[in-house]
Amino acid sequence: MNQTDRANRRSSLFAWALALPMPIWQTLFFVAALLFLVVMSFWSVQNFRVTPDFTFDNWIKIYSAGYFRVTYVRTVLYALLAATLASLIAFPCAYGLAFKASPLMRRIVVASLIMPYFTSYLVRANSWKILLTDQGVINSVLGTVGLGPLPMTSNLFAVMIGYLTLILPIVILLQYFSLANVDRRLIEAAHNLRCGRVRTVFQVIIPSARTGLILAATFAFILSFGDFVSPSFLGNNKPPTLTVLMVDAVKSGSQWPRAAVVALTMVATLLLVAFLAMNFAYGEKRKRP
Amino acid sequence: MKADRIISLAFKAYIWLALLFVFAPILTSFVFSFDANKFAAIPWGGFSTKWYAEAFADPEIAKSLRNTVIVALSSSILATLIGFTAAYTDYRYDFFGKRVYLALAFIPPTIPVIILGVAMLVLLGRIGLSGQLHSVIIAHVVYSLPFAMALIRLRLSQMNKDLEAAAWNLGASQWRALKEIIIPFCLPAIFSALFLTKAVSFDEYAIAWFVSGFNETLPVRILILLQREVSPKVNAIGSLVFIVSMTLVMLAQIVFLMREPGSGKGKRI
Repeated sequence: MNQTDRANRRSSLFAWALALPMPIWQTLFFVAALLFLVVMSFWSVQNFRVTPDFTFDNWIKIYSAGYFRVTYVRTVLYALLAATLASLIAFPCAYGLAFKASPLMRRIVVASLIMPYFTSYLVRANSWKILLTDQGVINSVLGTVGLGPLPMTSNLFAVMIGYLTLILPIVILLQYFSLANVDRRLIEAAHNLRCGRVRTVFQVIIPSARTGLILAATFAFILSFGDFVSPSFLGNNKPPTLTVLMVDAVKSGSQWPRAAVVALTMVATLLLVAFLAMNFAYGEKRKRP
Repeated sequence: MKADRIISLAFKAYIWLALLFVFAPILTSFVFSFDANKFAAIPWGGFSTKWYAEAFADPEIAKSLRNTVIVALSSSILATLIGFTAAYTDYRYDFFGKRVYLALAFIPPTIPVIILGVAMLVLLGRIGLSGQLHSVIIAHVVYSLPFAMALIRLRLSQMNKDLEAAAWNLGASQWRALKEIIIPFCLPAIFSALFLTKAVSFDEYAIAWFVSGFNETLPVRILILLQREVSPKVNAIGSLVFIVSMTLVMLAQIVFLMREPGSGKGKRI
């Protein structure tokens, strides 16, 4: 009895020692950081110093500011546009990967699409700047055939190029994974029933891959919504997005509480979007037989 | 059937075009890092390595590189260690609140890095841990730990559960079974996780930008250079950064797919 007791105690020591480091670390430095962000949003700034307080001032100031509301709507629209563009551009690619490419090509392409996420997004954005400026590579090429220069920086086009750099690979990958899981027998059945190629894509393949396609678009939205590099460096901060406002509030002043308000608004928006998208992705499937 | 082949070819061409879009910025940075001209344009100004020389001669870049190496090394070791313990817990135990447990690990990478940066700055600044290299290390562990955990968990799911139980039956303590069965089996994934978390930390600019204060890391230095002016030095550093991170990711992939040396079919666990 005594011996098993001791063994049990040692065993639970073992379990705790392995189970606890992660939750302790994440609670101390991640959960606490988010919670403190909530607390900070009620503090005030006095003589350029952040002071503990309990005031709704920051919330009221930010939410009643016209520029904040305009920027909020703009950021949402930008992210929506980016998610739509990425989904449309990615689909033929994912479709080709799932149904036309050889296994070797699939492996090479999938590996090449993962790789960019572990390289510097900053440097890639800088490269686009080189490619897109008035004296840049693309405009020089256009110039030799008598076109241009087309304005391709500091505008919506440049911002979208930046967003796509960030999101296109993951959208292709997620779409590909969902298309690869579509039951091939369904497609064959459709063909046997003389359903044309294009009709099969829209009436058989897209509906069965719907969850993954929505998931991909959601990821695209989330990543673009929270991106700072593209609107800042490729869009030149004009017009700003929420991330630009937030960085300004922190870096060029001690308006940390207001930055906290913007940050929390963004987190709430992302949670809402994720929730709606999941409902949309899984919800209607259940209704169908 | 001819139409089928043409369609198939068209799709493949489209895929390569998409890859070109993904890799164009990476190639651009390489090509223009060797361009003698200050302003990157066509025609190319001739081959030159002067931007590399300038980048290496810049004391601020050298300092930030040193900081990055320290941060990447420390945070990858910590993240892999903590990631391993969490992956093993997930593999072996079922308990109340396990979904919360897993969410705690995997939520940080889904939050935009800029927001994480602000949140970390606010917290670490308040408790007096901001503006130091260890602030960046702490934050990078939070952010990169799930990558390590996922890789090691994947490896553990390939393991035969009876093996560890057999070791216990033969009288090995839990610690000993962990040391002699689990860790050797996970070794490829552990190394792979080390490389991957290093790559994540090596390129992370946003959190580091907020919490590093004057102890900039290399990505933060790049960010500051980008904000200031057109500087071909960025292409030179960028190309080096690309090479380092790609090497790390490829090493992670190779090591992860490697079988343990000398394991024939019979010996495989």
